[in-house]
Amino acid sequence: MKIRLSFRLNGNPIELETDAERRVVDLLREDFGFTGTKEACGSGECGACTILVEGESRLACLMRVGQLEGRSVLTIEGLSDGKHLHPVQQAFVEAGAVQCGFCTPGLILGTIDLLRRNPRPDREEIREGLSGNLCRCTGFQKIVDAVEKVVSSPAEGSDPCPVG
Amino acid sequence: MTTFSPDLANFSVRFDAPGKVTGAEKYAADYYGPDLVWAGVKRAGAAHARLKGIDCREAEKLPGILGILSHKDIRGTNRQGIIRRDQPVLVDDKVRYPGDAIALVLAENREALGRALGLIRVHLEPLPGVFDLEAALAEDAPLIHEHHPEGNVLLKGHLLRGEVREAFQHCAVLVEFVFQTPYQEHAYLETEAGWARMEPDGSLTLVASTQTPFRDCFEVAEALGLDRETIRLKVPACGGAFGGKDGITVQSLLALAALYCPGRPVKMWWDREESFTVSCKRHPARLYYRLGADSEGRFQALEARLHYDTGPYDHLGGAVMTLGLEHAGGPYRLPNIDLKAWAVYTNNPLSGPFRGFGVPQVNAALEQTIDLLARKLNLSPLEIRKRNAVVAGDQNAIGVHLTASTHLQECLAVLETHPLWTGKEAWKASAGPFKRRGVGLACVMHGQGYGPVVPDVATAKIELTGPGCFRIYSGVVDMGQGNSHTYLQIAGEILNQPQSRLEIVRPDTRETLPGGSASASRTTYTFGRALIEAAQELKQKIREKGAELFGAWDLEEVILMPSVVSHVPTGWKIPLSRIAGELAPEDCLAIHSFQAPIALDRPSPDPALQLHGLPHLIFSYGVHLAAVEVDELTGLVEVKKYLAVSDCGRIINPRIFEQQIQGGIAQGLGYALTEEFRVEQEKVLTRDLAAYILPTALDLPDMESVPVASFEPSGPLGLKGGGEIAVDGPLPAVANALAEACGIRLSQNPFTPERVLRALREQGV
Repeated sequence: MKIRLSFRLNGNPIELETDAERRVVDLLREDFGFTGTKEACGSGECGACTILVEGESRLACLMRVGQLEGRSVLTIEGLSDGKHLHPVQQAFVEAGAVQCGFCTPGLILGTIDLLRRNPRPDREEIREGLSGNLCRCTGFQKIVDAVEKVVSSPAEGSDPCPVG
Repeated sequence: MTTFSPDLANFSVRFDAPGKVTGAEKYAADYYGPDLVWAGVKRAGAAHARLKGIDCREAEKLPGILGILSHKDIRGTNRQGIIRRDQPVLVDDKVRYPGDAIALVLAENREALGRALGLIRVHLEPLPGVFDLEAALAEDAPLIHEHHPEGNVLLKGHLLRGEVREAFQHCAVLVEFVFQTPYQEHAYLETEAGWARMEPDGSLTLVASTQTPFRDCFEVAEALGLDRETIRLKVPACGGAFGGKDGITVQSLLALAALYCPGRPVKMWWDREESFTVSCKRHPARLYYRLGADSEGRFQALEARLHYDTGPYDHLGGAVMTLGLEHAGGPYRLPNIDLKAWAVYTNNPLSGPFRGFGVPQVNAALEQTIDLLARKLNLSPLEIRKRNAVVAGDQNAIGVHLTASTHLQECLAVLETHPLWTGKEAWKASAGPFKRRGVGLACVMHGQGYGPVVPDVATAKIELTGPGCFRIYSGVVDMGQGNSHTYLQIAGEILNQPQSRLEIVRPDTRETLPGGSASASRTTYTFGRALIEAAQELKQKIREKGAELFGAWDLEEVILMPSVVSHVPTGWKIPLSRIAGELAPEDCLAIHSFQAPIALDRPSPDPALQLHGLPHLIFSYGVHLAAVEVDELTGLVEVKKYLAVSDCGRIINPRIFEQQIQGGIAQGLGYALTEEFRVEQEKVLTRDLAAYILPTALDLPDMESVPVASFEPSGPLGLKGGGEIAVDGPLPAVANALAEACGIRLSQNPFTPERVLRALREQGV
């Protein structure tokens, strides 16, 4: 069934007609080319397709496009301003938290949601907060280091929790 | 694309990280295009059956279906494989495991594709299956490949050294131990994916997530009856592989699909369930060990029988078994050995390469056997290892002379003074109520490269570009481990250039030169050596041109500096961009090949074992320590602290090395504690990441990685392989820690709460 859909995507107003049953992950990747939203499990277990909807993390493989109506969506492509990396992105780069990188967009958006809920997590809380995002390369240690880096030296002037 | 270039001259930030954190990086799964065709595969779903027919009539009627192809549409051999070509692209005779491909469907969209796959009827005549690897060896066992001369034995190997029977008779102590390991699933985040298109000029472009682009072209061409030169395979960023993409996954099927709809891009992307069902896994193994020592704890004799379940097809199973056989005696002096190994065909899931390549299995058995022996002798686990660990100049267990760098004793010495070892008694004693703690050790060693017969060669190409930057053409895949960044660093060091003036061309069979597989802990070693020679040659050409332009008579006066050549006595500088313009185009390039050295020893005269990689010359070494806490009430085993001390030669990039060690440990801890891929006859019971339990951030401790100062003279800037060794240690280290904590030694991993609790109950805890 086709529906008309209006929402904001990375700050831009979107209107389109599409099949209501489509998954958000497919819409983002196939219609908008936002392939930074990765799919690795298709069943909500790995977190690779994490996006922010109204600033809160959601799994794009479990959402239907109709759920986006009137809402604001942020994908990894919309996180930085095009000139500077977001502090969480920068921390992932600097801490060596990136290996194959397939889980990275989801982990970065998951981190932003974690920091929204708990701006000063300790190491254990970071581990707990990111336990819904699987990574097969890093052993998580450098990812936790990266988040700790953001917490210990927040960048000035940047919005730590953009809505999109 | 916006480029973010944190230009750190010390190369601590990986060049590919900015693209990966912004989502700009493209993986094989990210290729689409106008007029896209989706391709998918009908799988057999049965373990062993004769194919009698395929009925596609209902499926073909669906709107959006462009075609359904079977083995009859294949012009080539329809067989793929690396050493033995025994796996059909599309089944033409019989089904040998549930993941076998029967029919290839091309559709305008994924919805039609899914519906068509459900409507295809496959007529199968069931055959008795073989699901136990030892039952597969019985004389009357059903044959998986009727024409294989050794029946269900894909490959067997025997290594004999010394007088084993006599040596056992003189041993003061003797222990026997049997251990069984299950499948381990690679579970790379990016499932198998690719994209293909028949171009107007008749060439075929393939984009695939693979570790072996050049070899894949040969296999695809032969299987489909194409000219290899017409196939161009490009490898974009790879979302993890760990050995699971060492060999064909989607490539032949995609190429076949593209042939059917020329000009249109075709995409194939397996979902997680398909990936779990079809892809290769770490070989399950049954390992029988018998180890004897004198009263001082010096090993005298080892007997081992190793059974590897290779599943339905070769898929490097013989090579995996051979590496296991080679490493079965570990990094120890062992004058008498009798080691036998079998790789056995079954109708179970496909086994194949997985980081460690047969070694994690044997190391689990050996290192536990050593602890059992130490206990009998009342020696500490560290002391018994110190007394037997090899040093340079020794022969290792299978008789290979260790002429390359060998620093295991130094690793043990570092561990001996480390707080996790010196403070272990206090840590154990501070366990809370209903908790028990133990600290376990395991030594590790890992050979690098292909062994004596298959040439371990890589060819590097480097170019001075018009703007005066340097472009490295790498034919070796970076699966995420960071080898390409290390190439930039190596070239940067030789050419004295910052990261911003260096770029890399990823594997592309038209642009880059063959570099071998991204496997066997050999990427940075082999390609790195080729690159050093190529970079030095290019540097020489640039300096010569500089000398000519400066009018300098002594080449030593001309040096490369970031973006310029400089004449030292006068301080004159010429931009590299001008040098690039002055040089003839062929002089802006340097190409060099490197072939890794091989061992002179031949522990076995068996040419099959040599072909499959026996023996290696260069090994990395290490010792791992796991500190675990066991909950008596739940059986949960938690690894609280972890230490890996490694001899991997000189560490060129400490951060990338740490990433590799930590990632390897994490995979090893998953193998030890949670990961179990289950099958029951022809049913795959583990179908998703809810059933297959990977460690999360919460399940892993912080891990300490300490490299010892070592230097491998044959290696690029002194390094040895570090890709695999870390996965060899965690299982035995945890097993030994669990045994120390509560005296239980399980016969199989993973050490799940259920298994541990049952063992504790049997002990009366």
